[in-house]
Amino acid sequence: MTDFATIPLWIILPIALFLVIGSTLTLLGAIGLVRLKSFYDRIHAPTLGTSWGTAGIVIASMLFGSYIEGRAVIHEIALGLFITITTPVTLILLGRAALHRDRLEKADHLPEELRSLPEARDRAASD
Amino acid sequence: MIRRLIPHPLLSFALLLFWLVLTSFSVGNLLLGGVIALFAGTMMAKLQPATPRLRRVILLPKLFGIVFYDIIRSNLAVSWLIITRGRRGTRHSGFVPLDLELKDPTALALLSMIITATPGSAWIEYSADEDHLVVHVFDLIDEDLWRAQIKGRYESLLMEIFE
Repeated sequence: MTDFATIPLWIILPIALFLVIGSTLTLLGAIGLVRLKSFYDRIHAPTLGTSWGTAGIVIASMLFGSYIEGRAVIHEIALGLFITITTPVTLILLGRAALHRDRLEKADHLPEELRSLPEARDRAASD
Repeated sequence: MIRRLIPHPLLSFALLLFWLVLTSFSVGNLLLGGVIALFAGTMMAKLQPATPRLRRVILLPKLFGIVFYDIIRSNLAVSWLIITRGRRGTRHSGFVPLDLELKDPTALALLSMIITATPGSAWIEYSADEDHLVVHVFDLIDEDLWRAQIKGRYESLLMEIFE
């Protein structure tokens, strides 16, 4: 067990800074997710947590691990990279599902040009 | 011959690198990781015959730099909007339709990640027949500005890299 009090200030300050930045952004993303009104708005909030929210925590963890172990600890980069790569897949799936449902329900909040499928627009244009 | 043994050199190399980063470095792990990486590359070639072609790899760091900067900027912008409850309710979100010239599937995948990973914009729908893209923007002030940003900052660079 490491005695945290023995870690010098010059390294603990940046670690704390990145940790606070990362966790604050993740928290704000969560608050936004709860408080925003429409589904499409909500899609944007969690990306705070998955971009710099993750990056802040990953950088803090790398600094801390590297100092404690006395060598460069970089495997956290893999974590950050996978979160960055996989989140868009989920969000795009959710966005498309929402659009599909809004089209079926002919939702009012959907702008005119999005109410029909691209293929249907094509047919309408060639008629 | 080399192409048949290593159909996806970049993918295999990246996988091997990850293997070594996640385990501790040793000759055994280098060999095991190498075998797994080559096997995964062969499987990938069976799934998708076309290997992504990078024409100007030298521009990739520039793209990453731009995206890195934009993500920091939009993180601040979206956080501020959530804290101030959308500038006291004056924020409007909306859909931005735009036409793309980009056709390369890998480049499009990268563009969708860039747009979605950046807080404040989300990739909603893309039609490959029409090269038509719809993006949802969290804080929509000027549609044309967003079109110019996506086309000028990302699309043109991706076209230079991939096409």
